[in-house]
Amino acid sequence: MTSTDLDLTTTAVPRPATSTRGRAGSARIRFGLAVIIVYVVAAAIGPWLVRFDPVATRTQDRLKPPGSRLSDGSLAILGTDQVGQDLLAQMLQGARISIAVGLATLLLAGTIGVTVGLAAGYFGGWLDSVLMRLADIQLAFPSILLAIFIAALLGPSVVNVVIVLAVSNWVTFARVTRGQALTTRRREFVDASRTLGAGTWRLIRRCVLPACIAPVLVVATVEIGHVILAEASLSFLGLGTPASTPSWGVTIANGRNYLADAWWISTVPGIALAFLVVSLGVLGDALRDRYDPRLRSL
Amino acid sequence: MAAYVLRRLFFSVFVLWGAVTIIFVVLRLVPGDPAYIMLGPDADQAQVAALRAQLGLDHSLIQQYATYLSNVVRLDFGQSFRLNADSMSLVLQRVPATVQLASTALLVSLLIGLPLGVVAALRANTWIDRGISVFSLLGQSTPSFWLGIVMILLFARGLQVLPSSGSGSWAHLVLPTITLALPFLAILVRLTRSGLLEVVHEGYVQTARAKGLLESTVILSHALRNALIPIVTVVGLQFGALLGGTVIVETVFAWPGVGRLLIDSIGRRDYGVVQASILLVATIFVGINLLVDLIYGFLDPRVRLAGD
Repeated sequence: MTSTDLDLTTTAVPRPATSTRGRAGSARIRFGLAVIIVYVVAAAIGPWLVRFDPVATRTQDRLKPPGSRLSDGSLAILGTDQVGQDLLAQMLQGARISIAVGLATLLLAGTIGVTVGLAAGYFGGWLDSVLMRLADIQLAFPSILLAIFIAALLGPSVVNVVIVLAVSNWVTFARVTRGQALTTRRREFVDASRTLGAGTWRLIRRCVLPACIAPVLVVATVEIGHVILAEASLSFLGLGTPASTPSWGVTIANGRNYLADAWWISTVPGIALAFLVVSLGVLGDALRDRYDPRLRSL
Repeated sequence: MAAYVLRRLFFSVFVLWGAVTIIFVVLRLVPGDPAYIMLGPDADQAQVAALRAQLGLDHSLIQQYATYLSNVVRLDFGQSFRLNADSMSLVLQRVPATVQLASTALLVSLLIGLPLGVVAALRANTWIDRGISVFSLLGQSTPSFWLGIVMILLFARGLQVLPSSGSGSWAHLVLPTITLALPFLAILVRLTRSGLLEVVHEGYVQTARAKGLLESTVILSHALRNALIPIVTVVGLQFGALLGGTVIVETVFAWPGVGRLLIDSIGRRDYGVVQASILLVATIFVGINLLVDLIYGFLDPRVRLAGD
């Protein structure tokens, strides 16, 4: 893929490669960031504006279509669910859960992956072989199956979802960090620091780790969409967040039983989820093209 | 070639051993007595004692691991308390349905994904290419369980042209196949497009053109054939995601395959069946990747010589 192929600003007139290089994918980065900021703001302040009470049931307001007036006079913009909950309130709460789970998972998976990758790449030798074979085994195992298995044993809870998804997603971080560490540790400035008496810990922390940060952030952006999708899938199967914390996957699963009477319960959260994941995908691709085209195959 | 085959075969066995070990470790790492966890709160003392004996929980961890490995090698995952039958044979009964679904989805993805990728590459940076890119991005980002529900709403409830669940006829296969194929197809489009764009400026493509060959011959038998080589490996790895996807798609469409059995068994704490299903799917996946590696070695001699 060339750096500008998805760039919506590219015109029919070919521009010199050098001038577009520095600003590859600007439009895509702006688009992705804008959408994500809207989601984050909605998740942060939305639940305060539109109250969501997980235990409230209002039978007279059950399964009202989008735009209905409820018994207390309020407007249900996106309709209500099978117990009379406002769908918009539930989705704003769900955005909080999905984004928080995504970020926490990346933090945990990133920490594990970067640590393993640094150890493997910097020290090399048998440690590298053992850690990378472990990564190979995990890659050769469909990650959703591993997640399903661990989630089934741990039971549904928000913390467990984070653990499960981190365990099945650390490998990408480890591989990228290892590759970066392998090339960086042979650079002259690292040798220079070593000659000046810097210890192993200092070399890793001050020389090798900073070189890994940019590619790791790119990987994180590409991965967060996958993680949010995986969380929704697990929750849909009843193995993710419990029914009392309505993430989007839970809401979509609930709506399945009411497809004949209330199509909106399942469809609307899915659109919100897909649009977020699309935007994260656009942003991740654009960042990768701009900062690290070598990661293209991710 | 023989050395290469042996090396890949050894790696596959190694990976399967790793998968078995991960399952063993996870079962022991979860807090609590594995027998209690596997049987759930309703089990009586006799059942717990029987399972403890079967798993060898009174012995040391190393002995437990040895017992576990020997059971796995003999494909013995114990009896399913719920269905009162051998766990592995329960899973094997469900394999044909899953294989049918997965292979149809694979075929559909290849038949649509490859041509779309070729068209996108040949028309790179035109509106056709952008349209295909947007389609591919949507395909990769759409949650498949949601897509399945939307298609049930549209085609089964709305238009009433296709059945919403179950199996038995070709009509039953349509919606699950599309749902399962879409993400895989989307990845295939991207890979084909970028692979073809990379080789299209190679010397041998220019030579083929200079010889005066038809453009279709140049693209299909000179450029695409070489572009496909690296794609084969990624397709093999992505096939794992497709197999994982069967779990979700089978749940949405009540398709009677291994994935649905897996989710049902988790709900009923039937962990013998759970382990048997997961290991069976992992084995299929490892087997397919072994096949892919061997094909790759055959297509590109540099690969099999690299390690010698």
